[in-house]
Amino acid sequence: MFEITSKEKIATKEYEFWVKAPQVASHAKPGQFVIVRTSQNGERIPLTIADANVETGEIRLIFQAVGKTTYEFATMKVGDSLQDVAGPLGHPSEIKKYGTVLMVGGGVGIAAILPILKALKGVGNRVITILGGRSADLVILKDECERNSDELIVTTDDGSMGMKGVVTDGMKALVKRGEKIDQAWSIGPTIMMKFSAYTAKDLGIPIFVSLNPIMVDGTGMCGACRVTVGKNIRFACVDGPEFDGYEVNWDEVMNRLRQYKDQEKISLENYIAKVGDLSWL
Amino acid sequence: MAVIKIPNNKTPIKEQDPKVRAHNFKEVVLGYSLEEAVAEANRCLQCVNQPCVAGCPVNIDIPGFILALKNRDLPKSAEILKSYNNLPAVCGRVCPQESQCEGRCTVGKMKAHEPVAIGKLERFVADWEASSGDVKIPEIPTQKRGKVAVIGAGPAGLTVAADLAKMGYEVKIFEALHAAGGVLMYGIPEFRLPKSIVEREINFIRSLGVEIDTDSIVGRSITISEIKKFDAIFIGTGAGTPSFMNIPGTNLNGVYSASEFLTRINLMHAYEFPYQSDTPVRLGKHVVVVGAGNVAMDASRSALRLGAENVKIVYRRSEAEMPARIEEYHHAIEEGIEFHWLTNPIAYIGDDKGNLTAVKCIKMELGEPDASGRRRPVPIQNSEFTIEADMVVEAIGQTSNKVLLSAFPELKLTSHGYIEADPQTGQTSVEGVYAGGDIVTGAATVILAMGAGKKSAVAIDEYVRSKKISK
Ligand SMILES: Cc1cc2nc3c(=O)[nH]c(=O)nc-3n(C[C@H](O)[C@H](O)[C@H](O)COP(=O)(O)OP(=O)(O)OC[C@H]3O[C@@H](n4cnc5c(N)ncnc54)[C@H](O)[C@@H]3O)c2cc1C
Ligand SMILES: Cc1cc2nc3c(=O)[nH]c(=O)nc-3n(C[C@H](O)[C@H](O)[C@H](O)COP(=O)(O)OP(=O)(O)OC[C@H]3O[C@@H](n4cnc5c(N)ncnc54)[C@H](O)[C@@H]3O)c2cc1C
Ligand code: FES
Repeated sequence: MFEITSKEKIATKEYEFWVKAPQVASHAKPGQFVIVRTSQNGERIPLTIADANVETGEIRLIFQAVGKTTYEFATMKVGDSLQDVAGPLGHPSEIKKYGTVLMVGGGVGIAAILPILKALKGVGNRVITILGGRSADLVILKDECERNSDELIVTTDDGSMGMKGVVTDGMKALVKRGEKIDQAWSIGPTIMMKFSAYTAKDLGIPIFVSLNPIMVDGTGMCGACRVTVGKNIRFACVDGPEFDGYEVNWDEVMNRLRQYKDQEKISLENYIAKVGDLSWL
Repeated sequence: MAVIKIPNNKTPIKEQDPKVRAHNFKEVVLGYSLEEAVAEANRCLQCVNQPCVAGCPVNIDIPGFILALKNRDLPKSAEILKSYNNLPAVCGRVCPQESQCEGRCTVGKMKAHEPVAIGKLERFVADWEASSGDVKIPEIPTQKRGKVAVIGAGPAGLTVAADLAKMGYEVKIFEALHAAGGVLMYGIPEFRLPKSIVEREINFIRSLGVEIDTDSIVGRSITISEIKKFDAIFIGTGAGTPSFMNIPGTNLNGVYSASEFLTRINLMHAYEFPYQSDTPVRLGKHVVVVGAGNVAMDASRSALRLGAENVKIVYRRSEAEMPARIEEYHHAIEEGIEFHWLTNPIAYIGDDKGNLTAVKCIKMELGEPDASGRRRPVPIQNSEFTIEADMVVEAIGQTSNKVLLSAFPELKLTSHGYIEADPQTGQTSVEGVYAGGDIVTGAATVILAMGAGKKSAVAIDEYVRSKKISK
């Protein structure tokens, strides 16, 4: 079950895998995710379905190694199998004709913006994409995004590719030159989504963000993933993961992501002590 | 006239010392030896009117299995039990016997007498059978009668599947999680219901030919129209979605729903973090648990075992209204859980890092009876006080999970959001679709979920047969 059929390193500590999961592949829609367990005693972690091939029954997962589970996943090889892949989960993105859409992706969030961007392009939207990264080598999937966009803007913190600055600078520049944007999406590190939501609000652009809270079951049965949107508690796994970016309580989202910092560190240190140096990942 | 002389009290059962068990997740109750079990079986009068049987939601032939045990015919005893109940080792451990079989026992009605320890005997016989290594697998008809899909592998789904398999159906269970068992696996803790026992009982059901597809979320991984290709469908998706009090501070770090707290511990084995499990759980020193049902008992006792210095249960009603099983309440007291009756939290207070530091509570008093017939708790003005706490676990109830329901809009729901189903058959508003367990009744008990599964198995068989004849 859930055999790994292909693996590629796409940036430092960032990997792309294709995994056999026919049930998921045949039902997946842009914006949805799976819950993965790498091994028997493994944690259940959510990963976005970056692409799906119904014919071969494979799904594409792209992730950054940040802790025990993603480190372990990154060390797996073609022919190995994941313990569990459950999904597709979450509400699909609302794919329809908006007019001009602005797709903002940062870091590994670019993997999550890609399937939405393709689908929006597919139904006839004019797609402008902004990809952001700390430096050129962390701007993943650039060519694939470019092929599926009418215009692509890259921003890097250090100016090593595209415009020097952050994604919100790109957003402002677009509006300044007179672009009228009907709907935006922003997916990336929480801090980036927070500021792109603020900027979108200032610019009067409606924006969806895809929240990445800590999850357990991913099916609405525990409330670990709860976030405050407007005045309401919502479960990101079943009510989201996409929400209206204006309404999200960002500080709370960021606080809740820190809930297990100390234990995550112990878990990773133990793992590295067991398997040896992983700085090559 | 011969005077029947029956010992007044149940034969004592060995338990782990409270001081020791408060620091481990091993089972609290250690069970009877054969001699103890026979001694307890001898307390049964074998009375003719058998009130215990009527008190059992699946009407197990209780005097029958006890008589076989009395005669030391353990295989026979196990066979009788298993013919009524596919999960006897589970039920012996978690049923609220005091309000069912034991609550009606004739011996228990005699002056100064405790009822026969029926639950403990059920557990003994089931455990004996498993340890004998000679678990009887009933004959399964080879000629298949049809195909049935079961959604959810909790006690309701497992029961309907086992009974249909025995009748000769091909049954496939779709389970959203990576393990079968429902609440038995993710909710009820190891110290009350060892997971190896749940797995053992599930393996028995698998041995009947039932196929269990884990990681399969119906409504997402499989659509309703795909499921409709089966001859009949049974929905047993439980009442898994936690409710929150929704008071200020609910999303502070350190505030858990009991569902999350217990799922991390039981399904994900967080108590074995970081060596045997990758899933962490916060370790509270000063823990407040809200609610006084089985879920609250399990959460408070789990927090204690994870190393809490003190654990306080706050409940807005009084001891008399407490819904937990009496045995669990006694065990909790022995272990040092503190109970604060007529107390309700009104806000959670945190520090500047978003971590919980205290719970603000208000004192309550009992007023007029409410819709449930229990006296309604009402706040006492100006009685607020705070309890220092770095962890809160809310165990105030669950509601239906919407993943399946929202994918199945034709299904008629009750005003509370549960599936409307005939109590005798489980038949829903959609032909060929049956439902039972917590998804119909709201959060209830293992045995009621099993009872619903049994009734639906009979109804599904009738339905499929009549459909095949009319074709
Ligand atoms: C809907 C959704 C889709 C996601 N898609 C992707 C993706 O396509 N690619 C990708 O690289 N990452 C994705 N993530 C984030 C990914 O789930 C986390 O990086 C992963 O869980 C980290 O696990 P770990 O054991 O390697 O690290 P840990 O050491 O456990 O954690 C490192 C950090 O990751 C976050 N995290 C930890 N556990 C979880 C959890 N169970 N759920 C969510 N976040 C967690 C926390 O902020 C934590 O500080 C997604 C998250 C969500 C909620
Ligand atoms: C902590 C706790 C302690 C308890 N203690 C006791 C006790 O001591 N005694 C007692 O009698 N009762 C107890 N109960 C209640 C009892 O466990 C439940 O009443 C019983 O488990 C209900 O059974 P069920 O089969 O209806 O549902 P569940 O056991 O809830 O199982 C439902 C299953 O369906 C799955 N599911 C949900 N949606 C889908 C979907 N869309 N697709 C596929 N699968 C799906 C879920 O993952 C789950 O595994 C307790 C409950 C809890 C939470
Ligand atoms: S992850 Fe458990 S409810 Fe969302």
